[in-house]
Amino acid sequence: MLLRLDAEKCQGHNRCYALAPELFDVDEYGQSVLLVEGDVPAELHAKARLAVSNCPEYAISILVD
Amino acid sequence: MTDTVAPADTPGYEPPIFGDSPEGTHVWQRVPYNPDDYGPVSDFATDFDHGDPAYNPNAPEVWKELRDAKCPVAHSDRYGGMWVPITHDTVHEIAYDTQHFTSRSVVVSVGRPGDLSLPAPIGGAPPITSDPPFHAMARRLLLPAFAPKVIEPWETKVRELCVSLLDRLGDLTAGESIIDAAQQYAQHIPVSVIRQMLGFPEKDEELFRRFVHETLERINEEPGTRTGMDELGQYIFAQIQDHRENPRDDLTSYLMGTQIEGIEMNDEIVGGMVILLLIAGIDTTWSAIGSSLWHLAQHPEDHQRIIDDPEVMTFALEEFLRAYAPVTMARLVAEDTDFHGCPMKKDDWVLLPFPAANRDPHQFEDPDQFIVDRQENRHAAFGLGIHRCIGSNLARLELKVAIEEFVKRFPRFELAGDTRWSVGQIRGPREMPVRILDIAN
Ligand code: HEM
Ligand code: SF4
Repeated sequence: MLLRLDAEKCQGHNRCYALAPELFDVDEYGQSVLLVEGDVPAELHAKARLAVSNCPEYAISILVD
Repeated sequence: MTDTVAPADTPGYEPPIFGDSPEGTHVWQRVPYNPDDYGPVSDFATDFDHGDPAYNPNAPEVWKELRDAKCPVAHSDRYGGMWVPITHDTVHEIAYDTQHFTSRSVVVSVGRPGDLSLPAPIGGAPPITSDPPFHAMARRLLLPAFAPKVIEPWETKVRELCVSLLDRLGDLTAGESIIDAAQQYAQHIPVSVIRQMLGFPEKDEELFRRFVHETLERINEEPGTRTGMDELGQYIFAQIQDHRENPRDDLTSYLMGTQIEGIEMNDEIVGGMVILLLIAGIDTTWSAIGSSLWHLAQHPEDHQRIIDDPEVMTFALEEFLRAYAPVTMARLVAEDTDFHGCPMKKDDWVLLPFPAANRDPHQFEDPDQFIVDRQENRHAAFGLGIHRCIGSNLARLELKVAIEEFVKRFPRFELAGDTRWSVGQIRGPREMPVRILDIAN
């Protein structure tokens, strides 16, 4: 699974960091930072999907499932 | 912007005026004010008024009726002309379109900001009244103070505050005692937290609640009569003076020391930002806590689930915020535009009911159903686009801890009489008697 974070769309709602801190961090302005480069480990797929389906700005997407 | 920069000791300097007095911001009206125009609403599709006291208690039914009548954008001649999109798509579109819709004023009232108030793109209370490009500069000053990792450490203080409010309820008898969960509990939490952050005296908390009422609830009264707004301006200006003489480690002193684009901050912009922080966090969070407890009082099954399975709180919190989103914002039309067939004219109001968007069936499955562990929940309670609530991390913390401590102390409670709801853009219980059925020791 490959994730994409669109920094232009992210408005720092902080939902991804709350739901999947293994995959997302937030910077000092509250903007999301994607922590994984490349393949998302299988045990985090469910959390990745949760983050995607709770981002109000549609800033996170699954590039390859 | 440079011509507004004037330090307080400049000869001839006059303190800024923040209020709505006629000699202040020169509020102007598009139609002569007639109190009879603001009576009860008979048809929300053509005569929408969120200032009707019947609106907030019944808002979800109003949205549903409008949706069933295939009316995505309601209209009203009140307030000099107002449009009300109620679907997620239309709310989203307007929130993103800062070119046609300005944030210069985000609270609908009979008057619009006049020519002497700070014009777009700054507005009277940056960044909420600001448009691009100034908006991002003002917002960047505040964001670090409210970032998740800065807010997290407040949890202990918020918890202590909630516990002490519960302790202060005195001796209660299970099955008999009735408390007002809105007045005696919910309202005090955000007031106390923001007061500490801004570095204002504890004795002024009562004053803040009145300021909030004047700003957000007395919306359909004659412009110039809302004297509390002038008092608020004077109060904030005195606080700024006090912080100038006695700088301290708080948000007010921090903002006074900042710069925008290399230009020293002036009192007018600092004052506007401080007013925003004071007003934006109080009614809103009070409402969110109150509505959540209102729900739990009537849904023991959700209450039990939160007690049995504390982990569910991550989802429950967002579901409270979705189903009972307290905040509707507004915009002014910046230039004539045709919005899906609606002929919007410059300076018409547009309400942005994020709470209605949160119950749109095209966006949420079973939107009128409260699902305590809803897994897919892209709710818009904190807004959409560039104005996303700066206080959202703080608000979530306060809401979570307030609910946790209340249900821990009172494992069962029920409504005991009529709940009185707020009037205007912020929706939540203002008086909410609940009977305590069980008390934990
Ligand atoms: C549950 C509680 C709250 C809710 C539902 C809420 C909701 C909102 C919404 C919907 C907006 C967007 C405004 C717009 O689009 O015009 C907003 C903006 C804002 N809120 Fe909140 N708010 C809450 C609590 C707070 C708190 C506690 C604070 C700070 C102490 C705060 C500070 C702000 C600020 C500064 C903005 C302006 C952001 C900007 O314009 O860039 N809010 N809030
Ligand atoms: S949930 Fe979306 S908008 Fe919020 S921080 Fe994450 S990516 Fe950004």
